[in-house]
Amino acid sequence: MFDLMWLLIAIPLASGALLLIWGKESDRFGHLIGTAASAASFVLGVVLFVRLMGEDAGHRSQAVSLFTWIDTGTFHVEMSFVLDQLSGLFVLLITGVGTLIHVYSIGYMGHDERRRRFFAYLNIFVAAMLTLVLAGDYLVLFLGWEGVGLASYLLIGFWQHKPSAAAAAKKAFVVNRVGDIGMALAIMLMFAQFGTSAIAAVDAAAPGAGDSVTTALGLLLLLGACGKSAQVPLQSWLLDAMEGPTPVSALIHAATMVTAGVYLVVRSNAIFDASEVARTAVIVVGLVTLLAGAWIGCAKDDIKKALAGSTMSQIGYMMLAAGLGPAGYAFAVFHLITHGFFKANMFLGAGSVMHGMDDDVEMRHYGGLRTMMPITFATFGLGYLAIIGVPPFAGFWSKDKIIEAAFGENLWVGLGALLGAGVTAFYMTRLMILTFLSQKRWRDDVHPHESPRVMTWPLIGLAALSAVGGILLLGDWITEWLEPVVGHAEHHELAVPAIVLTIIITAVVLLGVVAAVVFYRREPIAAETPADSSVSIFARAGRHELYGNEVNETLVVRPTRHLTRFLVWLDGMGIDGFVTGLADRLGDTSQLLRKPQTGYVRSYALTMFGGVAVVVLCLLAVTLA
Amino acid sequence: MILSILAAIPIAGALLLALLPRGRGGHLPAKAIALSVSLVTLAVSFVVLARFDVGDGGYQLTSTHEWIAAFGAHYAVGVNGIALTLVLLTTILAPIVILASFDDRLPDPRGTNAYLAWMLAVEGLAIGAFTATDAFLFYVLFEATLIPLYFLIGTFGGPTTTPGGRSYAAVKFLIYNLVGGLLMLAAIVGLYVVSSRQGDASYLLTDLTDLDMSRTTERLLFCGFMAAFAIKAPLWPLHTWLPDAAAQSTPGTSVLMVSVVDKIGTFGMITWCLNLFPEAADWASPVIMTLAVVSIVYGALLAIGQDDIRRLIAFTSVSHFGFIILGIFAFTSTSMAGSTLYMFNHGLSTAALFIVTGIMVSRRGSARISDFGGVQKIAPILSGVLLLAGLSSLSLPGLAPFVSEFLVLAGTFTVSIPAAAVATLGIVLAALYILIMYQRTMTGPLDPGSAGVTDLEPREIAALTPAIMLIIGLGFFPQPVLNAINPAIDTVVSHIGKGDPAPRTPTLITEHSKDVPTDEEGGH
Repeated sequence: MFDLMWLLIAIPLASGALLLIWGKESDRFGHLIGTAASAASFVLGVVLFVRLMGEDAGHRSQAVSLFTWIDTGTFHVEMSFVLDQLSGLFVLLITGVGTLIHVYSIGYMGHDERRRRFFAYLNIFVAAMLTLVLAGDYLVLFLGWEGVGLASYLLIGFWQHKPSAAAAAKKAFVVNRVGDIGMALAIMLMFAQFGTSAIAAVDAAAPGAGDSVTTALGLLLLLGACGKSAQVPLQSWLLDAMEGPTPVSALIHAATMVTAGVYLVVRSNAIFDASEVARTAVIVVGLVTLLAGAWIGCAKDDIKKALAGSTMSQIGYMMLAAGLGPAGYAFAVFHLITHGFFKANMFLGAGSVMHGMDDDVEMRHYGGLRTMMPITFATFGLGYLAIIGVPPFAGFWSKDKIIEAAFGENLWVGLGALLGAGVTAFYMTRLMILTFLSQKRWRDDVHPHESPRVMTWPLIGLAALSAVGGILLLGDWITEWLEPVVGHAEHHELAVPAIVLTIIITAVVLLGVVAAVVFYRREPIAAETPADSSVSIFARAGRHELYGNEVNETLVVRPTRHLTRFLVWLDGMGIDGFVTGLADRLGDTSQLLRKPQTGYVRSYALTMFGGVAVVVLCLLAVTLA
Repeated sequence: MILSILAAIPIAGALLLALLPRGRGGHLPAKAIALSVSLVTLAVSFVVLARFDVGDGGYQLTSTHEWIAAFGAHYAVGVNGIALTLVLLTTILAPIVILASFDDRLPDPRGTNAYLAWMLAVEGLAIGAFTATDAFLFYVLFEATLIPLYFLIGTFGGPTTTPGGRSYAAVKFLIYNLVGGLLMLAAIVGLYVVSSRQGDASYLLTDLTDLDMSRTTERLLFCGFMAAFAIKAPLWPLHTWLPDAAAQSTPGTSVLMVSVVDKIGTFGMITWCLNLFPEAADWASPVIMTLAVVSIVYGALLAIGQDDIRRLIAFTSVSHFGFIILGIFAFTSTSMAGSTLYMFNHGLSTAALFIVTGIMVSRRGSARISDFGGVQKIAPILSGVLLLAGLSSLSLPGLAPFVSEFLVLAGTFTVSIPAAAVATLGIVLAALYILIMYQRTMTGPLDPGSAGVTDLEPREIAALTPAIMLIIGLGFFPQPVLNAINPAIDTVVSHIGKGDPAPRTPTLITEHSKDVPTDEEGGH
């Protein structure tokens, strides 16, 4: 039965290829094929997962090898896949949320003439993402890793007649490639060090490899994770990526692909467990990103960008948890799953709002939409309650655990995570007020309306999951389920009982909510974004994404451009100039040489005589010496 | 015998085309003949493949006849896995190139016969050079490929009127390569001297590999061979002929030049430099690896800075040849097998790129990237093929070049971490040069001047499809090619007395692969 796990990948891949090759006649039903493929993969995923639960705890890691991918010299890579407790959860998340988003896209992309191609790309994404999580070898993981990067590139730039979309797509791919340097070098190091890049073999050997090797591996993998998961310093692409159609933002840039970095760290737990330095680096990256993302989320008026800032921030939480080692791995995955539910829900909700608002993304043009879009409002509201961590919704359980574990590690890390929770409550409340509450600010020629059922049903499904996702923690199910993969967690004694901490967290969240309400209820909200000069320095920095693009521009882009120009000049002037100059000199020399070729036999004779004389003199010199 | 036939078919086809009167009914017979000849050659190369024993690392299908007894030159041919791979690359690309070149607008429209004849001549001579197992024969064929390429660039390329036009490019191409050839000739003569001192002079590869030389002699002779190959390959800083030649050539000529003939350079490094002068190669490897790494980064940066799309592809090739040379001179079986596979994959990927951009250039009437814009909207298939070929050039996993590039890097990493680390920067730069080019030409609003760019025709799709299918297929299943390459590489590696460094912390692989059937022995 587990031998069939390759079908999880093959079904959407085949469907994607079919939709790309099949001509226009499949426009009418292409989206149905794409959705059915994703659904089939989900059904198979559920069946396999149930079978996995039926196995003993010791037999829940099922490996298959399809064929030998590469075998040369000492380099051997199997096209192998592993379905275990960790990848099983991911399969359900990817195919489950993925299928809902396919369904939603039928409506959302209904008027797009290239809808069939959109579904082909979505299918390819699902296949690549499943390859990433099921891979049994780091090189196979890298195949999926780059595959999702390609799908992301194609989908961000789906409306590529818009220059901004094309530029954003390119930026996403290139920034990710910077991270890929880390991934590629990590795999090379594994190969040089262990002679293999099979995940299980690397896991087994990592503890004995020595501190410097595991630290190097950990930091290189973290670089890769930063690119894919939009963590500081490789965060700049994610906000631009919102140029893509909103279902893409929901599936790829919120629920699944951007969490791949977290998956990578959790999957490589043997390496990170063996290196204190690497784990600390993960914590720092996670903490910085969680605060930076929240900051940006407070300042953006574009609903998708505000949500994107929030995604960065929530992934920061997951990274932070993953950096805590065995104490945090399971919670990282738990938060990843609940976030997948509520963030996909809210992105699709944002898409539903845009759908009713003629694709306007400016929250300042919204207001009072709760009556116009009751279903969207209600489902978005559940997502809102989940993300800010109101009990008993999903996000409460997962975030609470991460903050608790963070306090167990270090007081300052814990305080940072706690601050993030308060800011999250602030910016999400702001988003709710600007969009659904407050007064209407849209122009009279805009007619907001609820979206069709094909879009609202997925919203309802995801809202339900956002509400009840916390049950995964019931009886510590998820930690016990993942324990064979990520190791046993030592329990940290906190200075205060856990329940007190929970109350403190909830109080901070409430504080954030109240702050936003006070701030945005005080006076009427302007329908236009206030000028940079009229807002505080904090808001200005947040709007400019903490000047990440400016930093990249100054430190990387501009120097590279200058270097390139200089080299182009040098290649023409210097290197080619030297060689052609040499040729010219040769030409001049030959002109000189041509002069003696007078055609007069007597001058030739004279030259010959001279030559013979030189030779004789040389011979004499050599013999006499 | 069959190898001689393989090389002779395209040569005979070229002669036939040259003698064919220029018919009134267009050039259909010439085109049909050229395509048929290349297809027959392809079929015969499959017969060669069928008769080749993949498990054997030595030369097969050999035949040796005395040619010029006075200095020990033989007509000797044979193939090992490396040579066979490149012969197949040549025979696969020739029909693709010929089919794609059917409607090339030539300066003299009556020149189609000669144009196609020279192409077949390149194919035949290249096959000859890949199969030659006699140094003198190899040298003659290596130099002979210059003649058809010179005429292909100089007669059928871009306009002569512009400064740096096709004549300039052709002469530059010729002089560069002749200088390299001259140095190689000196080394060939030197080989004769060394060989005749040790008994009967012989240019046979098998005799030359056992030659006793003083250290200085070996190094000098190595430099003579290497200079010719480094110009051909082209290695920084000897690369400047390539961008000019590529910018002035028709797409078909560019493919034959970069995908096939330039490979004789890197092929020569493995087959001739390493086998004949192993110690000198070892001595030179730090310098050559450094130059190779410089090529990788330099070529990529220059590619980013180009506005002429054909020069851009030429510079990407400088970068890719850097990878190939790096892998060869890292002397690990992993990196060398990667380099050999890279030659094959780069041939495919560059062929697809040159052909598809050639179509764009001919329809737009300009090769400047800045003259394009938004073409995706009116030519979706064209833009899809361009993107796919581009992604293969940037070594996206799942496409053929990734496997070879990664093998080169992984093998190099085991002997030099700095070289591998700097070379890895190439993966970011590659993303830049490809995606910037795609963004500027294909996306955004449609440029009014590009409105006449129509989508691919069935003939063009037919020409590109085999290359695209191989690029995708070999991305997932490179093993058939690697199986042929591996034994030959093992032979070379053991001849030069090198090998792969053992893993520093070896793992018990058996523990992981107990449910994975691995057959180390039976797999070949």
